[in-house]
Amino acid sequence: MAITADEVKHVAQLAKLEFTDAELQMFAGQMDDIIKMVQQLSKVDTTGVPVTSTVAEAKNVMREDKAIKGTERETLMHNVPQKDRGFVKVPAIIDESEEG
Amino acid sequence: MDYFKNDLSSLHAGLLNKDFSAQELTAETFEQIKARDQKIESFLTLNEQQALAAAKKVDEKGITDADKLAGIPVGIKDNIVTKGLKTTAASKILGNFKPIYDATVMEKLHAAKMINVGKLNLDEFAMGGSTENSAYKITKNAWNQTKVPGGSSGGPAAAVASGQLLAALGTDTGGSIRQPAAFNGIVGVKPTYGRVSRYGVIAFGSSLDQVGPMTRSVKDNALMLSAIAGHDKHDFTTSEREVPDFTAKLDGDIKGMRIGVPKEFMDQGVADDVREAIKNAIKTYEKLGATVEEVSLPYSKYGVPVYYIIASSEASSNLQRYDGIRYGFRADDVKNLEDVYVRSRSEGFGDEVKRRIMLGTFSLSAGTYDAYFKKAAQVRTLICQDFSNVFENYDLILAPTTTSTAFGIGEEINDPVTMYMNDILTIPVNLAGLPGMSLPAGFSNGLPIGMQLIAPQFGEETMYRAGYAFEQATDFYKEVPTIGGEN
Amino acid sequence: MNFATTIGLEVHVEMKTNSKAFSPAPVQYGQEPNTNTNVIDWGYPGVLPEVNQGALEYGMRAALALNCHITKDIHFDRKNYFYPDNPKAYQITQAQTPIGHDGFLEVELEDGSKKKIGIEEMHVEEDAGKNTHDPDGYSYVDLNRQGTPLIEIVSKPDIASADEAYAYLKKLRQVIQFTGVSDVKMEEGSMRADVNISVRPIGSDQYGTKTEMKNLNSFEHVRSGLKFEEKRQENVIRAGGSIQQETRRFDVNTGETVLMRVKEGKSDYRYFPEPDLPPIHISDDWIKEVKDSIPEMPEQRRARYVNEWGVTEYDANVLTQTMEMSDFFEATVAAGADPKLAANWLMGDVSAYMNDKKLELADLALTPEHLAQMIGLIKDETISSKIAKKVFKQIVANDTDPKAWVEEKGMVQLSDPQTLQPIIDEVLDNNAKSIEDFKNGKDRAVGFLVGNIMKQTRGKANPKVVNKLLMASLKER
Repeated sequence: MAITADEVKHVAQLAKLEFTDAELQMFAGQMDDIIKMVQQLSKVDTTGVPVTSTVAEAKNVMREDKAIKGTERETLMHNVPQKDRGFVKVPAIIDESEEG
Repeated sequence: MDYFKNDLSSLHAGLLNKDFSAQELTAETFEQIKARDQKIESFLTLNEQQALAAAKKVDEKGITDADKLAGIPVGIKDNIVTKGLKTTAASKILGNFKPIYDATVMEKLHAAKMINVGKLNLDEFAMGGSTENSAYKITKNAWNQTKVPGGSSGGPAAAVASGQLLAALGTDTGGSIRQPAAFNGIVGVKPTYGRVSRYGVIAFGSSLDQVGPMTRSVKDNALMLSAIAGHDKHDFTTSEREVPDFTAKLDGDIKGMRIGVPKEFMDQGVADDVREAIKNAIKTYEKLGATVEEVSLPYSKYGVPVYYIIASSEASSNLQRYDGIRYGFRADDVKNLEDVYVRSRSEGFGDEVKRRIMLGTFSLSAGTYDAYFKKAAQVRTLICQDFSNVFENYDLILAPTTTSTAFGIGEEINDPVTMYMNDILTIPVNLAGLPGMSLPAGFSNGLPIGMQLIAPQFGEETMYRAGYAFEQATDFYKEVPTIGGEN
Repeated sequence: MNFATTIGLEVHVEMKTNSKAFSPAPVQYGQEPNTNTNVIDWGYPGVLPEVNQGALEYGMRAALALNCHITKDIHFDRKNYFYPDNPKAYQITQAQTPIGHDGFLEVELEDGSKKKIGIEEMHVEEDAGKNTHDPDGYSYVDLNRQGTPLIEIVSKPDIASADEAYAYLKKLRQVIQFTGVSDVKMEEGSMRADVNISVRPIGSDQYGTKTEMKNLNSFEHVRSGLKFEEKRQENVIRAGGSIQQETRRFDVNTGETVLMRVKEGKSDYRYFPEPDLPPIHISDDWIKEVKDSIPEMPEQRRARYVNEWGVTEYDANVLTQTMEMSDFFEATVAAGADPKLAANWLMGDVSAYMNDKKLELADLALTPEHLAQMIGLIKDETISSKIAKKVFKQIVANDTDPKAWVEEKGMVQLSDPQTLQPIIDEVLDNNAKSIEDFKNGKDRAVGFLVGNIMKQTRGKANPKVVNKLLMASLKER
């Protein structure tokens, strides 16, 4: 196995996804196939090869520090499932461990 | 109005001559959609009222000869945001989502006075090659409704191929315009990375995504790209280059053009019928005065794993914003924040999206980053170099778009790896940020075969010239499917 | 067992640019919730970041002022984590190519000695929004702060005590403030410190396990928290226990640190290069341009005060502790005040008033122009120093023109001999005994006479002139 069910569970936690046991079985199997496929890359010698993280020809693109008035709050709040007095409302945070 | 007997230029002439009004054209388009799309199921949302109102405005203001696209209906893949018009990315998680701004390409189409008639189906978040991953419907191939239309831009491809529209916008991250164009016998172009703004395109793989036109002819395609391309101050990856008139040099003359055919793209499990069609295409090009030679892209065979790591990694990050807090679907009866996240996402995303999020999250994790993401980003460099080497001596690369013609609905959906391998011929183009075009190159068992032309970065003009010459020499594009007993 | 302490500080400073780091929405404080935001700040589907050149240049300014090397080829990275105040669920930061690295700050310790504290790196990133936790079981999210440009400054493990950490923070705030990139106000959250501390027995070459305290918002809390934590860790180890990696909270009421949560392994933020922003090359020319734009730093100001204005080293140092004070001083001098007198007033009565009323310079009604004018009135002897105290009381709390006020209240000093001589003559006429005492060598008599003259003039007589005239008159008698 290239990836165990426990590892799949851990990755799911990071990604904020949950799976039933049956789904987990299926996902673990498919993930295993996919990871085996991508592991082909280990055969390529990449010693000294730089990474490519963009293929844009644009470089040194920056915006001048000029402020533009924000969008109307009412417009921005249009799609918010739960709101109150101009705030976005969410059920309480029980774990702050991810606070950056 | 029979779209099978028209192109954008003839519609423009008709509108200019007042043979018909934009309103009549738009109304007829909706009639046609309603008749044909029952079988094809390419539209997710129709924009009828708005479209008719927009057409009325065009009629009132009048059309000049410079307004080449004014008053002409267009369809939009549903991962391009349209202000006030529901945009779902074919996902349940955006099932109720109404954008509050327009994508830059939409602003450009509005400026060109095109009429947006509606939003077209896709694989959820553009992840897939069959449109079977849509949360809403499975679009059918225009030529055979038991076959997939390809994907992820299956909706736009099938709508154009079935004569519901002359032009649609798709997006292409690993072949999502070119593969469905091939499967449906139309012309699909993925422009150079940075040629068209991605602002307002629901991000999948940010270093790979591009918007491109899907049309029935090369010239129509060139016309559309001229309208949507160009620098955008909201997309820092767009190029500041002037946008040429891509229709300007379409004269059929390609004498002396040097074309390379990568040997890796002609074996790798390419079906015999597809290979035959490409061999015939090579002969056509030689007859037209081009020199065609075999070349090699040795690292292209790693394109699929490189792509699935990079695109999925970027996607895993891009799709984290769908958290049930500010917009989109929120699961019912959530007790705490963790519930909001986990349940909204688990109920809101489909299986393929989850697979990619999982693969991407895994590839970026602290312990696996170097062996997966970084390794893939290094091999990506080698793939880019492959293309640079070939383009030192060649103007263009010619290859099949897909390894086979359209496969059957339900045939591959449960086998992700086989599904992923379908993109082997289109993916390297995205990895290197090159422009690529798929255009009809023949038929097999009543299904279209697509040929791919690949140019160096910002070499769209060469690509269009070569595509046009081939199209004019072969007439495959004049073939049309039979939809529901019509035509 | 004796211990060595190692402290690390990560300081976040909000930059006062016009617009946000990756969106053009305004950077402004104290606005209605969610009114300074746009679709980019909200992470709406399809939006893309737009990096602010001003934020980068402010970052470079700070890096140069902190003696950092500038990274020539930079890009941004995404740091992925879910939180309601983090709309994209990733923060755009610089993980691989911080804009500055390997700098240092020279801090002055309480015993007057100096110490160089290394700066590992400093990078530009975006701030998150704000969550307010309500007892009703919900949190309320305001995204106004989302996207505000931050610099994060990471120290090297050179800090060996709570007092050194305190000195480092003070110096850091001073330097950043003088660069003009931030107000660096801890109370308003524009400067926030995360600290970590570990202790190890002297002689051990391995760092101990660290504990962390996050988002401390006062220098005193940092110092007290670290002092407590240092003792706590030492006691645990002395008792044979071991320190666990944990985040602790400083309790302001007890002065103690309390456990918040134990860290289990490292957080996995899945950093990777931000694909939406092309890389940026920082040229030597650009660095020079930014260097030239850095305002005069405290050291340079100090030298100028001493060399050009004759202010003492000590005074110059005090005056340059904050930019507000230094700017106020310079404006007062520019308005015509004698630099030494201006320094005396600012360090004396003005500072005493601020301490007494717990006010900042900016809160006072006092302007440099008024202070300079008052100093001028003292210097040209229009008012006595005694009267000056009254004038100061008036102008420090009110927008009052000192000259007009002094005239209106009849507080102008009497220096004209024509006016004073008759008064002196009258006093002498009425105190023949004192004249006699004076002639017999009793100097005390002079004081008595002056006192009488002052009484007659209700304190307005110029003592110098009075003295001169009186001595002459006495000799004549």
